[in-house]
Amino acid sequence: MSEKYHNNFLKEVEEMVEEGEWVKMCMQCGVCAGSCPLGPHWAHPPQEIFMMIRAGKREEVLRSDSMWMCTSCYNCVVRCPRKLPITHIMHGLANYAHRLGLSPKNQPTQQFATLFWNNLAQTGRVNELKLSLGIYFKDGFAQGVKNAMAMQSVGLGMVKAKRLNPMELFGGHGVKDKAGFHAMLKKAREIEDRRKNFA
Amino acid sequence: MADMKVAAYICQGCGLGDRLDTAALAGVAKKEGKAALVREHEFLCNAEGVKMIRDDIANEAVTHVMIGACSRRAKTEAFGFTDVAVSRANLREGVIWCQPETDEARETTQEMAEDYIRMGCAEVKKMTLPEGNPAAVTERTVLVVGGGVSGMTAALEASKAGYKVVLVEKSGALGGWAAKLYKRSPGKSPYAEPQDTPVADMDAAIAADANIKVYLNAITSKTSGSPGKFEIEISTESGSTATEKVGAIIQATGFSLYDANNLPELGFGKSANVVDQAGLEALAKAANGGAIKRPSDGGEVKTVVFVQCAGQRDDTGKHLPYCSGSCCSTSVKQAMYFKDSNPDIDTVVIYTDLRMPGNGEDFYRSGQNKGVIFTKGKVSSVEASGNQCKVNFHDLILNDQTAIDNADLVVLATGQVPNSGVDIDTKLKADIAAAAGDNSLLKAYNASQVEGAVQPISVLNLTYRQGPDVPQLKYGFTDSHFICFPYETRRTGIYSAGPVRRPMDMVQAMEDATGAAMKAIQAVENAGLGRAAHPRSGDLSFPKVRLEGCTQCKRCTVECPFGAIDEDEKRFPVFNESRCRRCGTCMGACPVRVISFENYSIDTVGSQLKAVDVPDEFSEKPRILILACENDAYPALDMAAMNRNVYSAFVRIIPVRCLGSVNTIWINDALSSGYDGVMMMGCKHGDDYQCHFVKGSELASYRMSKIGDTLKQMGLEEERVATFEVAITDIERVPQLINDYAAKIQEIGMSPLKGF
Amino acid sequence: MAKKTYSFYPGCSSQTKASSDNYLKSTNSMCKYLDIELKEIPDWNCCGASIGYAEGGELPRITLSARNMALSEQHNPGMDLVATCAACWLSTRESKERLAHSSQTLAEANTALNEAGLTYKGNQAARHMAEVLVEDFGFDELKKGVKNPLQGIKFAGYVGCQTNRPFGLAGESFENPVYLDNLIEAMGGEAVPYDQKVTCCGGALAFSEPEKSQKQIKDIIESAYDHGAEMIVTPCPLCQANVEIYQGEVNKRFGTKFNIPVMYYSQLITIAYGGTAQEAALDGQLVRATKLEEIAKK
Repeated sequence: MSEKYHNNFLKEVEEMVEEGEWVKMCMQCGVCAGSCPLGPHWAHPPQEIFMMIRAGKREEVLRSDSMWMCTSCYNCVVRCPRKLPITHIMHGLANYAHRLGLSPKNQPTQQFATLFWNNLAQTGRVNELKLSLGIYFKDGFAQGVKNAMAMQSVGLGMVKAKRLNPMELFGGHGVKDKAGFHAMLKKAREIEDRRKNFA
Repeated sequence: MADMKVAAYICQGCGLGDRLDTAALAGVAKKEGKAALVREHEFLCNAEGVKMIRDDIANEAVTHVMIGACSRRAKTEAFGFTDVAVSRANLREGVIWCQPETDEARETTQEMAEDYIRMGCAEVKKMTLPEGNPAAVTERTVLVVGGGVSGMTAALEASKAGYKVVLVEKSGALGGWAAKLYKRSPGKSPYAEPQDTPVADMDAAIAADANIKVYLNAITSKTSGSPGKFEIEISTESGSTATEKVGAIIQATGFSLYDANNLPELGFGKSANVVDQAGLEALAKAANGGAIKRPSDGGEVKTVVFVQCAGQRDDTGKHLPYCSGSCCSTSVKQAMYFKDSNPDIDTVVIYTDLRMPGNGEDFYRSGQNKGVIFTKGKVSSVEASGNQCKVNFHDLILNDQTAIDNADLVVLATGQVPNSGVDIDTKLKADIAAAAGDNSLLKAYNASQVEGAVQPISVLNLTYRQGPDVPQLKYGFTDSHFICFPYETRRTGIYSAGPVRRPMDMVQAMEDATGAAMKAIQAVENAGLGRAAHPRSGDLSFPKVRLEGCTQCKRCTVECPFGAIDEDEKRFPVFNESRCRRCGTCMGACPVRVISFENYSIDTVGSQLKAVDVPDEFSEKPRILILACENDAYPALDMAAMNRNVYSAFVRIIPVRCLGSVNTIWINDALSSGYDGVMMMGCKHGDDYQCHFVKGSELASYRMSKIGDTLKQMGLEEERVATFEVAITDIERVPQLINDYAAKIQEIGMSPLKGF
Repeated sequence: MAKKTYSFYPGCSSQTKASSDNYLKSTNSMCKYLDIELKEIPDWNCCGASIGYAEGGELPRITLSARNMALSEQHNPGMDLVATCAACWLSTRESKERLAHSSQTLAEANTALNEAGLTYKGNQAARHMAEVLVEDFGFDELKKGVKNPLQGIKFAGYVGCQTNRPFGLAGESFENPVYLDNLIEAMGGEAVPYDQKVTCCGGALAFSEPEKSQKQIKDIIESAYDHGAEMIVTPCPLCQANVEIYQGEVNKRFGTKFNIPVMYYSQLITIAYGGTAQEAALDGQLVRATKLEEIAKK
């Protein structure tokens, strides 16, 4: 349990979250919040997230969907007067919450990000068709057909422009050394999990 | 003195020869100006032109020189003759550059130029060359009152420059506030760690310095005299007194912490674990690098909360309204005391705006790096329970009414209260009103004094007529011209430095003290030469008074912004030359006009405005007199002209040393000689004044507020006299002001007093 | 100019019949005209992009880029690694920095790479194609090859995010980078000033949160239109895709009538250098760039 305005949660973030050791350096100017393209959609802009971490609000932070609003535009990073890697901290927090199973269920960006990673991890390269279909069908078959129909003209246009290959559904691009690639990723994950005490 | 011989020189350079009929101007100087010698020159400020004037002074016994050329602010070196009286007719900025270059304007432009020639000749004839004071003396010793870091710095700096120093400290040791500190906030790169205070080193340096004489447990019980020749009576606790003669004084009396007993809602006095910043320093000193213990029971400290702005930046009127500018840095430093001994101690600084002046931002970052938690919030209350405190606050980022439940120690950042002595201004204001015939303020003041309120103790115990200490501006800090002359108090030769002048940290205090030492040395040297200090630095003129005409009305003695004039036992004014800044406020105040300077007097201005040729009622050529402050308004007018900003051809401008020097007789004279209006342009007054003589423009506006009756008696409209605040930057505004006023005069119509 | 050779990292979208197939084709044409040889990194893998963070974790993500760099070092020694995709470049360069910064991360990444028989040394620069053009050629040099200047066409140079932040091109400002405008002008076109030059297109959230991110696309196109642009030009495949593909969606959502071609700088250069419409892959546009097609016919 983390106590209010004590350092417990901050220390946890420093140890477990990518670039988390920067959180204490925020000076609460709010430039990040004002620079974010999806700013209005964040329940807690980065400035607040940082303060919440310092205030020991562990549950509120990790269960928040705010970090999932990050488009990775890096505007906050280049504007932060304290040079905090805010984008990475948001990614790191999201990843940590996701690993702990605390992040909000059905958060679309979380689903897409997971799909994306699994897609690339399978063959070593992203299969754009499967990725698109994956996102359309994330809410079940019926919704998927509906989504796919809605985007049909776009899809056809892409096929016509030779920028989408229906044959991708059956195989498509990928690395040749799949065995080595998979072993490498497995090892990397193992090392990280050990370092961060994930099971 | 040799017989007066006036020479007038008319320059034709810078387009003057094209735009003006200089031969006609020469004629005016000869016939109306009665100049014995009149010369035109095509380029007066060049070596040949200047040599021509020099030769006339040497060979023709010229004693008074009138130069009709550019503004008196231009070519000061070329025309800076020190052996004759000099007046300047401003034909360039004052005429051709501010008038349109058209055929229609040629007539009025020429009239303007001719008037300025008349005025220049009239003025110079009333001037004499300032003689200075051959009897001026000075004592090359500086008195420093207050032995804290500011005072010690000032003493060491003055000594390094070769001056003797007398250092008076009230307590038994040097060091002041800094001596109470365990460590100080960093004063040098990389601004990351608390540092040792400089007290021990400075103390040793002073002890080893033969130039510095230290009085401990001592106060300045009497300060009399004036710059160059102050006489100081120093009383020690033991009862002995000593007398020292000094040339200048630095007051570095520092600050006291705002009394935390005024903050019971923040738990002070209710729990031993709530301390102010001095209390925490004492705990840290006792711990000396070890763990700081909980005061209530000596228990371990696990959580410390720092409450910023405790009793400061208060808008309820109960506490200090201002920011002390140093307490945030102190709290960061104090949080580090804990983090450096044990990083697991939680330290939370609750602030509304973290203000870290100088390189404090690096120090703040260092604090964050050490894990000090900074929370933007406002503390509402501190509740003591057992050995811990609950700090209730509003988290301003999360908009959360919340609390830290288990603080072992709460530190209140209470801020600086200046040790500035007695506030003399209330009484002074009452005296000024009384001298002007309004006794209500004085009555109220006297009534307030019998209540038996605790009187602050004087620091300097000045024997000055206006009161025992230097005047204060706001919140008890000593008055100083915050933009232009920050060290100057309103007492010439007395400089305040450090937190008594404004809230500041140690880095700033040391810089401040160094600056004050330099100003004190200047004052010592100026006094020896009989010269004025800023802003008329180097001026050798000095008010002369015809005491036989004086009515002992006291106006000059109460109105002098610098307390330069004392009163003798018969209430005649006693002028102290080296206290005087030569603003002429006394001259403006005097109802019987017995005060004047050799080169600036009732007559030098009065004769100018009377020299102007005022056309008759039917000419449709009104005349407006402008009395413009030479510090801001006159340069603004010059610069407007440099930008070729055109203004009315009907104005005639006379620069004055300060609006405070404007005597109402000039206004009367102008109106009765047929001028249609009088504009006065001076600096901004009030708490954020810009007046170079601090009170001059304020006094002028006070005097002018009473001129309505005079106008009524003369049968004139109120609008015929108007006062304006003009800043040096008002280059666009000032021509507009003139044109608007000229339009208004046109509207009211010509003065009925022409031709009498 | 002597032939220049680079180790080329095309990335997932720049593969045959992938979403920026036209970027790949036009880049190859552009390089032919500039006498650049691109040696593709054999068996390169996905960079993980930014959106890989949720599932990926820090070390697996860095390892992805480390594999590409290790392959590049091994097979294309002595060359700079050059990416055309903004995300590929960013991931690679960011990983390179992290690996240089932390010996622990470097050791861990190499332990993982060992599983694939690879080692990362860190001896190649990771650059974007725009850097190659601006720094290795320069605008004056690029201007020399122009045969069919893009006269009379007004372009909105849309730099976007990841080619601009957090690294960007040396000497450029994050708020108003000018290299793309200079490139447009060098090709004889007119670069219009507009205020959404570095606005985010929504990135991956264009897929996951279309309601929230399509406003971004609308703002960018609207500003380009309002300032008189006839085409948008970008160095980023995701910017290109989002801004082009979703115009129909945006029109539906906001009642706009956008129909503006969104091009790659490589297509502009190819056309200006006298390339054909096919070489510039103009047939790969959803919104046809007819003005460029006309120039290509000359």
